[in-house]
Amino acid sequence: MKQLTFAIALLFTLLAGSLAWGGSSPDDLRAAGKVRLGVFSDKPPFGFVDSNGKNQGYDVYLGKRLAQDLLGSADKAEFVLVEAASRVEFLTANKVDIILANFTVTPERAEVVDFTKPYMKVALGVVSPDGSVIRSVDQLKGKKLIVNKGTTAEIYFTENHPDIELLKFDQNTETFNALKDGRGAAVAHDNTLLFAWALANPGYTVGIDFLGNQDTIAPAVAKGNLALRQWVDQEIEKLTREGFFKAAYDATLKDAFGASIDPGAVLID
Amino acid sequence: MLASAVSVFTAGDNLWRLLTGLGVAMQIALLAVFFSLLLGIPLGVVMTSRRRVLFLAARLYLDAWRIVPVLVWLFIFYFELGRILGIHIDAWLVSVLVFSLWGAAEMSDIVRGAITSLPAGQVESGRALGLSNWQLQRYVIMPQVVRRLTPAAVNLVTRLIKTTSLVVLIGVVEVLKVGQQIIENSERNVPSASFWVYGLIFILYFIVCYPISRLSRYLERRWVG
Repeated sequence: MKQLTFAIALLFTLLAGSLAWGGSSPDDLRAAGKVRLGVFSDKPPFGFVDSNGKNQGYDVYLGKRLAQDLLGSADKAEFVLVEAASRVEFLTANKVDIILANFTVTPERAEVVDFTKPYMKVALGVVSPDGSVIRSVDQLKGKKLIVNKGTTAEIYFTENHPDIELLKFDQNTETFNALKDGRGAAVAHDNTLLFAWALANPGYTVGIDFLGNQDTIAPAVAKGNLALRQWVDQEIEKLTREGFFKAAYDATLKDAFGASIDPGAVLID
Repeated sequence: MLASAVSVFTAGDNLWRLLTGLGVAMQIALLAVFFSLLLGIPLGVVMTSRRRVLFLAARLYLDAWRIVPVLVWLFIFYFELGRILGIHIDAWLVSVLVFSLWGAAEMSDIVRGAITSLPAGQVESGRALGLSNWQLQRYVIMPQVVRRLTPAAVNLVTRLIKTTSLVVLIGVVEVLKVGQQIIENSERNVPSASFWVYGLIFILYFIVCYPISRLSRYLERRWVG
């Protein structure tokens, strides 16, 4: 059964590669009068749904501005809720125009989607309970490390520390619940997410705040959608110049990370 | 403690959003149950057929749905059809479609099992009494088949209801996902939010599934008598 599933996955990957979807250009989007943006719905403070059912967060803040500048109104942004495990599929199957789901740039992902200029930077971190704080990767040997499927944390530990046993989940909620229940010694995830989580959950400390490569987070468009990619590139340059991202940080991230975190840890100069 | 738990649900539209999410899950599940019965029962009869081609086609269909995980089918119908054929079906509709086709496959096997489990003597005695084919089915076989398949069919219905939580991966927001959104958004103020939200979801699933299993017990008892 595993082999069959693998064969099917391979078949579709080949088909997908040969029949790549070109994507909508900025003009197509203006004609359609809307832009579909893939965002998270359960990853505060980047992409989440508030108690009134409205999309909020840093990614959403940027999405609204993109819609404003592209189509003249922030209301023309149509937010599509995506999961980490199916983000790429939403883009390659033409279900969204731009992915803004806190998508870390990696060479593997760059083979299937086109990243624009980044709007954030991130490294991995490891959070653990105060009683037994994990401060180095060596301390994880012989313990269970909890990660999300399909994330950079999973990729990093699988490739660089195959001897550390991973406990994997699809959803953030399950991942952090597993830590609270003591099913693993620590959670490895994007450091930004962990800063916010540790601030909100007393009794946990981000013992490793920088691990792996300094990664960047960027919007992604469909492979080969040059016109839209160039538009987003120019837009991000313009927004960086006008200090938009600092304003976005103050509006969406500052409260969640706490005053002790330097905005420079997240923002791109 | 209880006050903070209540605040999780009274904040904004949270309770209403959870119920709407349950509505989405139930809509998908109940439509799937309806089509599973509609397609699965005739398919199950076909599977008892002595005609090799018919039998093999039905068997292939069942195996395809059983071997390939439901999640993969959701991806195939939602993403791959769009990517390869350019056919874009709404995510909710894909969910109904996939759960119906999967339910029909499982249902057909339940029906087949119920039919073949009847002792051959039943058919022979019926014939000996001079019953026509139709009478044999109507008065001898089907009443016993329905009784035998009820427990397994009810099990399938509750399984369909619970498996709908997979549809979030193609972007359909149902009760479990709404719950996770609420947990992630409330945890800052109410660290125990996950307990309360999952607790309520547990009760909601129970309220939905328990009457179904009671109904099945009632029917089994009534039909035995």
